[in-house]
Amino acid sequence: MARKLLLEHINVPGINTFDVYRSKGGYAAVEKALKTMSPDDVVEEVKKSGLRGRGGAGFPTGMKWSFLAKPEGVARYLVCNADESEPGTFKDRYLMTYIPHLLIEGMIAASFALGAKISYIYVRGEMMPQIRILEKAIAEAKNAGFLGKNILGTGYDLELYVQPGGGAYICGEETALLESLEGKRGNPRIKPPFPAIAGLYGCPTVVNNVESIAAVVPIINEGGDEYAKVGIGRSTGTKLISAGGNVKKPGVYEIDLGLPVEEFLYSDEYCGGIANGKRLKAVVAGGSSVPILPANLFLKTIKNEPRLMSYESLSDGGFVSGTMMGSGGFIAFDEDQCIVRNTWNFSRFYHHESCGQCSPCREGTGWMEKVLHRLEHGHGKMSDMDLLVDVSKKIEGNTICPLGDAAAWPVASAIRHFRDEFEWHVSHGAEAVTRNFGLAHYADPLPQPETVA
Amino acid sequence: MLRVEETQAPVEFSPELISKFDDVKSRYPAGKQKSALLPILHLVQAEFGWLSAAAMDKVAGYLQIQDIEVYEVATFYSMYFLNPKGKYVLEVCRTGPCCLVGAEKIMDYLEEKLGVKEGEVTADGLFSWRGVECLAACGFGPVLQIGPEYTFYENLTKDSVDKLIKDLKEKGKN
Ligand SMILES: Cc1cc2nc3c(=O)[nH]c(=O)nc-3n(C[C@H](O)[C@H](O)[C@H](O)COP(=O)(O)O)c2cc1C
Ligand code: SF4
Ligand code: FES
Repeated sequence: MARKLLLEHINVPGINTFDVYRSKGGYAAVEKALKTMSPDDVVEEVKKSGLRGRGGAGFPTGMKWSFLAKPEGVARYLVCNADESEPGTFKDRYLMTYIPHLLIEGMIAASFALGAKISYIYVRGEMMPQIRILEKAIAEAKNAGFLGKNILGTGYDLELYVQPGGGAYICGEETALLESLEGKRGNPRIKPPFPAIAGLYGCPTVVNNVESIAAVVPIINEGGDEYAKVGIGRSTGTKLISAGGNVKKPGVYEIDLGLPVEEFLYSDEYCGGIANGKRLKAVVAGGSSVPILPANLFLKTIKNEPRLMSYESLSDGGFVSGTMMGSGGFIAFDEDQCIVRNTWNFSRFYHHESCGQCSPCREGTGWMEKVLHRLEHGHGKMSDMDLLVDVSKKIEGNTICPLGDAAAWPVASAIRHFRDEFEWHVSHGAEAVTRNFGLAHYADPLPQPETVA
Repeated sequence: MLRVEETQAPVEFSPELISKFDDVKSRYPAGKQKSALLPILHLVQAEFGWLSAAAMDKVAGYLQIQDIEVYEVATFYSMYFLNPKGKYVLEVCRTGPCCLVGAEKIMDYLEEKLGVKEGEVTADGLFSWRGVECLAACGFGPVLQIGPEYTFYENLTKDSVDKLIKDLKEKGKN
């Protein structure tokens, strides 16, 4: 790729310290924004950049910011979502560990744009080392006059705090996160009202992912139009992808959106192919919540076009033959992996993490886990697959928050694309516990689409 | 479930601990001190190893909220221990991506090596282990973490687990 916008300096020794970060041009975006731009100018640049939220939903960040209510005399808040709990996703932890000042710089510029005087970074409690790193970075930035009262003599005041969570995936959902930040259980709120109107302490609030906030720094430095030149179509800029599972070189990669998935998977610059000389069986492209695809459908769309790492291309085919960008949690499955077992594991996860407020999610996730458990352990019935699809449909769209959908999609897609493997588990009973279905036809080239005259 | 242990002795919070509470409480607007609850529970657990009902009641008193508001939170989140654990709680990620690279084998090995089931405490009081959900380190699995500072151990193998347990035994004696 041409240039990295977020991780360009990640390998510079000492880049985690204020002085080295500053010497590499760090905090220039704060100087530019606070000294030469109005808050609305900053919002305008972010709009022009086309940046879409990197937390999973892909909602345009500039638009979200412009929805923020601004009643006279009422405080407004910016809250950074550093809960990062979506299985397969580990990019925010990486960014905060190695280049924490990028997040702090983005938080200052974004808080200025939104008119926030107090901002919080909500970090999952398990990331205690990252919390310490951020606290140190905040102290350094404050010491240098980039936080606190009258920042850089511009009259803008900002306090920035790090808040630990208590261990709960659901607190990544933005309204659950706000409940948690208020010192309560992480039960998602019924929307509307949206946080832009009534968020933290009932005040207008913007919640953004770590990577979205970090991206504000290059957007201010380069200008929104320049940022939008990177990427493809409505997928502008760069994206951090956390690659895990059975790839040869797991890790966090910054890619230009629009990179062909084949290049991402097999080139030495990125994943370097599948580990141990094995073949690819399936991919979950955007964190555990997005539909799983067999290798053939992942590499090429149903129209037999090469698939790209972009919001549009990954979702090409909708839920029938596509998936989603999600949070960029890329999980590769090699030929030895069992789809039934993984689906059961994911179901267990969602059942465990359901907050329990709505019955379709609370009961449905438990039911799916139970049925998948019996399938995986050789006690399944042929009717179980239809039962699972049925339960997943009853959850989808019938809950307060999207966790219900996130639990339903992996199950529905696994059965859609790997039904013969599920059936094999039923017909082979005990044998399926010790032997693996294998790669089967999931990596074969797709049949050519019929040409319609 | 929250169970009030019979053996619960009254707890005292040291002035140092209280001053840490005060620091946390200063981060929120006036009247919003309940926001300090999760961070304060982490501080209490780091000090005492778990959250007794007596300790939670004292936190409620400090924040001027009802006892039940503290119990609600302590029971909802997975990081808070409501009964005593080993000095070192080894928390292994058991979620999908880590299982693709052998997390289940590591859990089996811990059970065998420590001789206790998930959630139990070894006879010397040093160790507990349990499976937890994705720790945002999926590319470096299998992984485990150990509180209260939640140090990470990545790319685990049987050998690295052996070494870790040996080191912790040494450290735990002191
Ligand atoms: C169950 C659930 C879990 C989520 N977890 C996260 C998370 O860990 N990190 C995150 O940034 N967004 C997460 N989200 C998305 C947030 O609700 C929200 O859309 C996001 O923080 C907005 O930031 P963005 O616009 O910058 O992406 C989650 C959503 C749901 C429904
Ligand atoms: S969908 Fe599930 S996690 Fe979301 S509010 Fe309902 S019960 Fe809670
Ligand atoms: S699945 Fe184990 S750290 Fe994410």
